[in-house]
Amino acid sequence: MSPVADGGGLPAAYLRTGSSSFTDFVAEHEPHLIPSRRGLPPGATIDAPHGTTIVTVTFDGGVLMAGDRRATMGNIIANRDMEKVFATDEFSVVGIAGTAGLAIELVRLFQVELEHYEKIEGTLMSLEGKANRLASMIRGNLGMAMQGLSVVPVFAGYDHQHGLGRIFSYDVTGGCYEEHDHHSVGSGSLFARGAMKKLYRPDMTSDEAVRVAVEALWDAADDDSATGGPDVGRRIWPTVALVTADGARFIPDDTVAPVVDAIITHRHGNAGGRRDGADA
Amino acid sequence: MTAGMPFYVSPEQLMKDRADFARKGIARGRSVVVLGYDHGIAFVAENPSRSLHKIGEIYDRIAFAAVGKYNEFENLRVAGVRYADLRGYSYDRSDVTARGLANAYAQTLGTVFTQESKPYEVEIVVAEVGQDSEADQIYRLTYDGSVADERGLVAMGGASDQIEERLTEQWRPGLTLAQALQLAVAGLAHDPSGGPDRNLGADSLEVAVLDRTRSRRTFRRINGDILGSLLSDEDPTDDVPPVDHDSPRQAASNPQTQRHGDEPTPDAD
Repeated sequence: MSPVADGGGLPAAYLRTGSSSFTDFVAEHEPHLIPSRRGLPPGATIDAPHGTTIVTVTFDGGVLMAGDRRATMGNIIANRDMEKVFATDEFSVVGIAGTAGLAIELVRLFQVELEHYEKIEGTLMSLEGKANRLASMIRGNLGMAMQGLSVVPVFAGYDHQHGLGRIFSYDVTGGCYEEHDHHSVGSGSLFARGAMKKLYRPDMTSDEAVRVAVEALWDAADDDSATGGPDVGRRIWPTVALVTADGARFIPDDTVAPVVDAIITHRHGNAGGRRDGADA
Repeated sequence: MTAGMPFYVSPEQLMKDRADFARKGIARGRSVVVLGYDHGIAFVAENPSRSLHKIGEIYDRIAFAAVGKYNEFENLRVAGVRYADLRGYSYDRSDVTARGLANAYAQTLGTVFTQESKPYEVEIVVAEVGQDSEADQIYRLTYDGSVADERGLVAMGGASDQIEERLTEQWRPGLTLAQALQLAVAGLAHDPSGGPDRNLGADSLEVAVLDRTRSRRTFRRINGDILGSLLSDEDPTDDVPPVDHDSPRQAASNPQTQRHGDEPTPDAD
């Protein structure tokens, strides 16, 4: 089925007054394009690449999100330079853990959802509105999640109304929870969370937040085989995105590399990253 | 008993009546001018409303402008956004073109014109900004589904013929944005019945551009002080200031390939 009747005019559904939601429009008009509408045969399970650890942390004036670059399939490294943190619109980012293929498709749909709303309504959706839209997409994926294909995102954005960066986490049933200060999802998240608890300070600068996030990913990679540490040989660094009142942007690799180098130096002969004296 | 037409009406007469009806509806409204400038395509509408737009963003490099009945062209605009977003989602963002959308609109307008109880009282422009002004595309569609591929400048609405005639004499490729906007406003302000020109300030105008210097989403509304400076003769401003913070991602549909400045990994084996 072609998405647009070629040679014909716009299908009647396009001209119908409806909601400003792209997902609702697609679900009604081209349901096969909705990622969560594809069921697996009952009882079947498949191996598919899984994305691993995402960390997110607030700082003075915004919020930061970073992710390692590894995807695994069982004991195999399926991909070593996968992107798992994405700009969803001008003022928000999403990071994903779980079944990579589904998660990326979901992000793609979510990006169009936000832009579609913005164009139809002529205004940006509120940050909580975006967080809720993402929750409903995750909820729609519950059937797949029960067959092992779960997607667990973490969402962060700049809230213009309150003038600060905010973090939202999700569970597989679509529950949406606001997190304070910092959060992490994915297989290495327990270790990353532990690290962030010790490293986080209120009112950090964005540079300090980059260091905290990259170091938390380091700790996740240290103890979780599915999380990839910075790959110095291939020069593959974590993806790091910042959201402030000016918008979302990615930190270029040549800014992340020195942060990684500083951590490597600090951890030399101090594998756990112990802080003594002045850095405590 | 009285279902159907009581008297015979020739197809010619029927089409003429419909066309007259649509033209009258369109002529009642205020005009819109779409014109090329050095860095893109500018859209200028006489429209005192801040919220009921005549100009809208369709996709990364495509915009829409319309005159006529608001509910009808708004319906078409929304359909265009749905068409573009669904196509870009199914294929890639670069596969969404103004030509494809103009064809779809033409079919729709043509079908409504011949088959529905009344034609749409609208005239629309679908424009796509290219890498340079040679590659810019401006399509004008009328109520009966006719499409024209226009070069440089289009006027639609009330006195569009006179406006277009006046402006075509003065328009040339490579105008700055300020020159293009001043030209368009002079055209809109001119009274076709010979009276003095009206005074159209920034408050009574809706202005937007497709700015080819921007990455990904090139559509940008221009209002307030920036519009005032661009329209002023004394002010040296001749283009919108570049945005220091552009789209955080590149124009790819696949999230894996849309991070800015992401070079291929040097050694991926």
